[in-house]
Amino acid sequence: MLDLSKYQSLGEALKDAVERFAPEICLMESDREKEKERLTYEEFGLRAHPFARALQESGFSEGDRASIIMTNQSKYLISAYAVLYSGGVLVPLDWMLSPEEQWELFHHSGARVLITEFSIWQRLCKSTARPDASQLGLVLVTEAPRKADLQGARRWEEFRSDAMPNFVARRRSDLAVIGYSSGTGGRPKGCLLTHENYLEQCIGLTSIYPFWPGIRYLSILPTSHAIDFMVGFIGPFTCGATVVHLRTLRPEYFRDAFTRYKIGYVSVVPLVLKNLRAAMQARLDALSRGKRLIFNALVSVNKGLTKGRPRSWLSRRLLHQVHDSLGGELRAIIVGGAFSEPETLQFFYDLGIPVANGYGQTEACTAVTVNDLRPFRADTVGKPLPGIELQIADPDSEGIGEVCVRGKTVMAGYLDDPELSAETIVDGWLHTGDRGKIDQRGHLQLFGRSKNMIVSPEGLNIYPENVEGFFEDLPVEEFCVFAANYIWPQNTMLGEQLVLVLRLKKDQALDEQLRNLIISRNSRLRNYQRVHGVVLTSEEFPRTTGRRLKRHLLRDRLAQLDRRSSIQGI
Amino acid sequence: MRTLEQTTKEVIDLAAKHFQLQPGVLAPEDDFFKKLGIDSLQTLELLSRLENHFGIELPDYEVQGVSDFKTLAARIQSRL
Repeated sequence: MLDLSKYQSLGEALKDAVERFAPEICLMESDREKEKERLTYEEFGLRAHPFARALQESGFSEGDRASIIMTNQSKYLISAYAVLYSGGVLVPLDWMLSPEEQWELFHHSGARVLITEFSIWQRLCKSTARPDASQLGLVLVTEAPRKADLQGARRWEEFRSDAMPNFVARRRSDLAVIGYSSGTGGRPKGCLLTHENYLEQCIGLTSIYPFWPGIRYLSILPTSHAIDFMVGFIGPFTCGATVVHLRTLRPEYFRDAFTRYKIGYVSVVPLVLKNLRAAMQARLDALSRGKRLIFNALVSVNKGLTKGRPRSWLSRRLLHQVHDSLGGELRAIIVGGAFSEPETLQFFYDLGIPVANGYGQTEACTAVTVNDLRPFRADTVGKPLPGIELQIADPDSEGIGEVCVRGKTVMAGYLDDPELSAETIVDGWLHTGDRGKIDQRGHLQLFGRSKNMIVSPEGLNIYPENVEGFFEDLPVEEFCVFAANYIWPQNTMLGEQLVLVLRLKKDQALDEQLRNLIISRNSRLRNYQRVHGVVLTSEEFPRTTGRRLKRHLLRDRLAQLDRRSSIQGI
Repeated sequence: MRTLEQTTKEVIDLAAKHFQLQPGVLAPEDDFFKKLGIDSLQTLELLSRLENHFGIELPDYEVQGVSDFKTLAARIQSRL
């Protein structure tokens, strides 16, 4: 791999990677059964450089911001490379957000270029939040049908200039990416991530999970997600490895990709891992009694031999049916974005498939801790990456307190929000809002959150304040939304849900009409954003003189109630 | 050419079959995440079945944010 300690910027490192690994396969793109693209690093450069030049000729220069809203595909990485090569700042936005959320974050980021897919552009154009053409800079759309109305955008495929682009150098402390870890509705949190954050994160991660030319990484998490941006782009590219993109996330194509492309690494969120486990379990359950006995005996042998560390070659021989069904080259499944059940992690490890469970935040670039598999521990999220310090603030008698992080991967702050930045990073320590403790072996164990938020099994951060807008004008005296575990801490990261706290009007009851209204409002929310229960309170909500809710005081009051009997289903 | 009502009915029948339910228990306005207790990946599995039935390709982004049978049927209808 490249020695990233010698580089100043991501653009510089990626430029060298394209030259150094020229003949190696860089990208593969598959759409269902068809392979749509296969590029070497040299071919990647031949696509990216004319694009970068055209971008520069359009006036895009050092420090300018370009947003990408795309599904995982080769044009995503070509565009990202061109932006970084030109000294720009990337604003990757999740294609799964609503068009309104995408516009809001786009404006918040200060981006002047939008790179997207035609289908996504159509949805963005239909949104009432779409700005006037005069306020919008350059828009580039991929895959537009020949006679389509581009509504002011230009075709990505035709956006090229043959002259060699100018490489624009940046310093390590310069901004590389503005990362948003959630949708919005209230206060957008744009993490300011520098070139140093990424270069150091990449050094730390690849020291434990290395890439090399020939190894293939399956990219299925959205590339806008911090994990995929790092291990599905920066990591493999700076090591000359191959990134495989799938244009559909259907479980059957996802499973098929392992054997078709001999995948070495994949990153998934817990929901996908659980789905993969269910599919494997179903196949194991279908074995005859005799075969099952033999299989179980082999699993026991494998467990004994891999107690201290993984022995991939041995596991592949012992349990070859399982490994063959996953392509026979899988080195590890990286899981993150949300909390995984230890039982699921153990299931895979017992079959000789290491699961690199870790913990991270966009605010800390990607990963803070990761399981180094020596030995594998399903009950923790691993040890801090090299160069990262962990501290538990205000620990209780059991050593559990807020997890704080310090190191070169911690963001510079939140975009245009000095108040929140100062609250979050104190004396260089990033306050994560997650509760945990460090055990005697230096492993981090997590025990819930100290802030009012949840993370869905899909790895999406949900802030209750952002959900409240959907219940506006509810005919009650007052209401608000809380994460149930924020009111009643559970010492676990599992089973997180939102609850709607209601103070009813005088003589009002939670009758069928009101319930139906709540159900109807709830149905406008995405499935992972919905409230799962109602908590009734008769006391007035504590508020400031400006009528702003004093959320922590209300939380303290509600915490006196019994959780189980207070949450009513809807 | 099917009408939207016919498409909706076929979508509901297929969903009921896929998740082993009686067709009568599902309605066009039903939120399938809630009614079927499924997650986003299970929805994608159902989509493959719908694609085979209607002989169309439904890109993943088409169903992003869709949670009821009626809207899903409308997306399918626009591609028939």
